[in-house]
Amino acid sequence: MESQNSKDYRKKKEYEQMVKNASPDSPIFTDCIKAFVSGGLICVFGQIMRNYFTSMGLSQDDTGLAVSLILIAIAVLLTGFGLFGKIGKFCGAGTVVPITGFANSVASPAIEFKKEGWVFGLGAKMFQVAGPVIVYGTVTSFIVGIIYYIAGLVR
Amino acid sequence: MAVRIGRHTAVLDRPVYIAEAASSAGKKEGEGPLGEMFDRVYQDSMLGEKSWEMAESRLVKENFDLLLKKSGHTAVDICIAGDLLNQDSAANFGYRDIKTPFIGIYGACSTMGEAMGIGAAFIDGGFAETAAAGASSHFCAAEKQYRAPLGMGSQRPQTSTWTVTGDGAVLLSRAEKKGAPIITEVLTGEITDMGVKDPNNMGAAMAPAAASLLTAYFKETGRTPDYFDVIATGDLGLVGKTLVIELLAAEGYVLDDRYTDCGIEIYDSESQDTHSGGSGCACSALVFTAKYYKMLCDGKIKRMLFMPTGALMSPTTSQQGESIPAIAHGVVIESRC
Amino acid sequence: MDLFEDCLNAFWVGGVICVIGQILIDKTKLQPGRILVLYVVLGCILGAVGVYKPLVDYAGAGATVPLTGFGYNLAKGVTEEIDKSGFLGIFTGGLKAAAGGISGAVVFSWIAAMIFEPKEK
Repeated sequence: MESQNSKDYRKKKEYEQMVKNASPDSPIFTDCIKAFVSGGLICVFGQIMRNYFTSMGLSQDDTGLAVSLILIAIAVLLTGFGLFGKIGKFCGAGTVVPITGFANSVASPAIEFKKEGWVFGLGAKMFQVAGPVIVYGTVTSFIVGIIYYIAGLVR
Repeated sequence: MAVRIGRHTAVLDRPVYIAEAASSAGKKEGEGPLGEMFDRVYQDSMLGEKSWEMAESRLVKENFDLLLKKSGHTAVDICIAGDLLNQDSAANFGYRDIKTPFIGIYGACSTMGEAMGIGAAFIDGGFAETAAAGASSHFCAAEKQYRAPLGMGSQRPQTSTWTVTGDGAVLLSRAEKKGAPIITEVLTGEITDMGVKDPNNMGAAMAPAAASLLTAYFKETGRTPDYFDVIATGDLGLVGKTLVIELLAAEGYVLDDRYTDCGIEIYDSESQDTHSGGSGCACSALVFTAKYYKMLCDGKIKRMLFMPTGALMSPTTSQQGESIPAIAHGVVIESRC
Repeated sequence: MDLFEDCLNAFWVGGVICVIGQILIDKTKLQPGRILVLYVVLGCILGAVGVYKPLVDYAGAGATVPLTGFGYNLAKGVTEEIDKSGFLGIFTGGLKAAAGGISGAVVFSWIAAMIFEPKEK
């Protein structure tokens, strides 16, 4: 006799297969083309600014920051006008992966949750997505730093 | 007194009349295939309120007022309502100023079926002469609570559904109303969990709940699907509907085109880009009150099984990696025309 | 430097980095938030082992604009700061390099929240 547990498990496995068959996949090919073109174009826009700022005599670090800030400002503005959602729906990772996605992930909860107050609504929820990014970025850079420091001592 | 047949089905002693129905829908629903059928379509999703949550509460209140006005009643004995928001807040705040005995219920998207079943039981048991049963949801409020802020630029998977904005309510009554359809049986489902974890595929999570209650009903009563002119689930969408048909076939019951899903009917998935279909408490509530109630009143359909399903997860349980439990609640409704 | 060639390199490298993200979204159902975290961590590690620098030199904005570039900046910042000021640089270098981007996003978003109301999709 099959036990109740293994019977349940088998039924769930069978159902998982049924669900897989019934669920349409995302149109990955067209999604990828959209992401490639839109993400690429954002980078080209960044590159044009990069060349311009460099020709103005900005250092490499300052150039990078200036480009980021302009892209962030544009993304935040588009989020405010409610356009980023529509663009993001079309572009997918093309707008999520560049710094624009980070900016959108800060601006959209800030606007949405201001109804719950300036401090614990806007102020706290702003970091819903950006918080983890900063947390894990900081932790990783800390670990990198430790290793680099120790490696330097050994050398 | 009602008679229980089996574990899930109860046959009412005396018919409970669905004396009136009212539907208030949002803009996108108004642009959908059923747009013409709604009593009221709101063009402003905020309804003049300050937040999506209060907008939904206003929708609840105004649709209840509309229900009373249409029915000619000045009051009901009891109100039974629910929604998707935390602590049932849309219903609680919506009925805050309606000084009427109130029961707030949570059945996620199965709420309309649950409310009608409980209302019918109250009337059958003599607890009330009249009862209002309703359910609401609001796309923006639900997105904010369950998914991501509306401004977030992300893509929705093909299996996802679109939360319906609106409120549907019915007025149940013991007193006979000429031509009004009657509730004859109440079906109460049990929580079913087949291990689906993807909150973007709720049709798949809920289909087993619908299938298990349907199967139980057919076994308990000895009936088959052709006993009904229409069998309508609530918001399984294209994915869930396919799965219900397959699950029922495995039990030996054939669901032909008399089986429909309100989530598929409420939007045009191609032009409105809603992917698998509509969802939310208001999905089945609106489709029933705007479409099938009228068909029952006109005698275009004689007998229907209205059986919405609900996914009972919360954002917290999903984050904790739990699978999605689901439930179905049904009522059998007959035309008196 | 030839602007056209710079742009071409930025285009295809940036595009490919986005496509990898798209495949992850479609195939693994990872939410965008997790993609962002993954990319920053990945960029930081690739920067630390010295793989990302050549990519930045080749593709320019194609490598710095995607969020991996943000991670690369963290790694670059922390190592440079350690060279400059020793042990405490482990704590200050990363966030110092990221400070401009984070402040920009926070301040712009705060202003946007002052001006704009939540909008429907």
